[in-house]
Amino acid sequence: MERRRNILTAALMGAAVLLIAAGLVMGQNAQVLAKATRICLECIGIG
Amino acid sequence: MDNKKRTLIQAAAAFLQNAHVTGFFTGKIYTGAGKNVCVPGLNCYSCPGALGACPVGSLQNALSAWKFRFPYYVLGLMVFFGAVFGRLVCGFLCPFGFLQELLFRIPSPRKLRTFRGDASLRYVKYAVLIIMVIILPMAHKFTPFYCKYLCPSGTLSGMLLSAADSRLRGLFGWIFTWKALVLTAVVLSSIVIFRPFCKYLCPLGAFYSLFNRASAVRLAVDSGKCTGCGACARVCDMAVNPAASPNHSECIRCGKCVSRCPHGALCFTVFSRPVGVRVPEVISPLDERPERDNK
Repeated sequence: MERRRNILTAALMGAAVLLIAAGLVMGQNAQVLAKATRICLECIGIG
Repeated sequence: MDNKKRTLIQAAAAFLQNAHVTGFFTGKIYTGAGKNVCVPGLNCYSCPGALGACPVGSLQNALSAWKFRFPYYVLGLMVFFGAVFGRLVCGFLCPFGFLQELLFRIPSPRKLRTFRGDASLRYVKYAVLIIMVIILPMAHKFTPFYCKYLCPSGTLSGMLLSAADSRLRGLFGWIFTWKALVLTAVVLSSIVIFRPFCKYLCPLGAFYSLFNRASAVRLAVDSGKCTGCGACARVCDMAVNPAASPNHSECIRCGKCVSRCPHGALCFTVFSRPVGVRVPEVISPLDERPERDNK
């Protein structure tokens, strides 16, 4: 049971790394940066 | 781990995620490379001190983009944090959770551990995640619904920004008023209820809760040592019974149960390997909390 759970954990972590890598290749981190470096008017209650 | 050490870790995590101190005085947010990366907890990227991006805000931004593209990067980061830590992020790394815990320390005539309807209300955060964070941003372009209409962390950021830059105050309208009411409700209820936002409304806590049973960091119960005394359940502020359900979706992995267990039956594990050496506390009768549940 624990072994199966650990395999699932490792699979999730592996999938996460692949997702992050795919996002980096597509330049999605730049999209995150672009949003995060401007004051989010919706977030602070203006927009 | 005793509570003082955890408090120090929480304070350090809150500071490290908001270490752009000059922003609190100038009203200018950090625009450096750190904001390429999402922090694990709920921390608005418009907080003047924020050094990283908010995962929930970034996810909504990706989903509500004009041309939809699957958010591989943000989702990958969230899955990674969940797969490694589960809701340990809530218990140790989230600044907004830490704020609620500090508020809970304010003395009040009543502290509610649970109440009628508490169990049902815990499902609301999943609805917030699915509807406000995922469906509505996808349906309405450029509108991060959760950030815009609910997130109290963003409201707090707005207040901090406007304290440093008075020009912003003139721009606040009914949305700010509504969100300020939400923030006020969270602050006031945090004095009476332990982490109400985490329990009932946080979409990030809802997301990480899905990983609690499968994360690398988990709680384990030694059934040979556990006597079923219930000490762990009595000390749990999230109203979980760790002995019966050690990786419950509501467990924020604060470790209070591990410290309190008089038999050393509970411990943290990483990939099923126990971590930390635990000496059971000697419990004095004065430490036993009276039942204050309001059912």
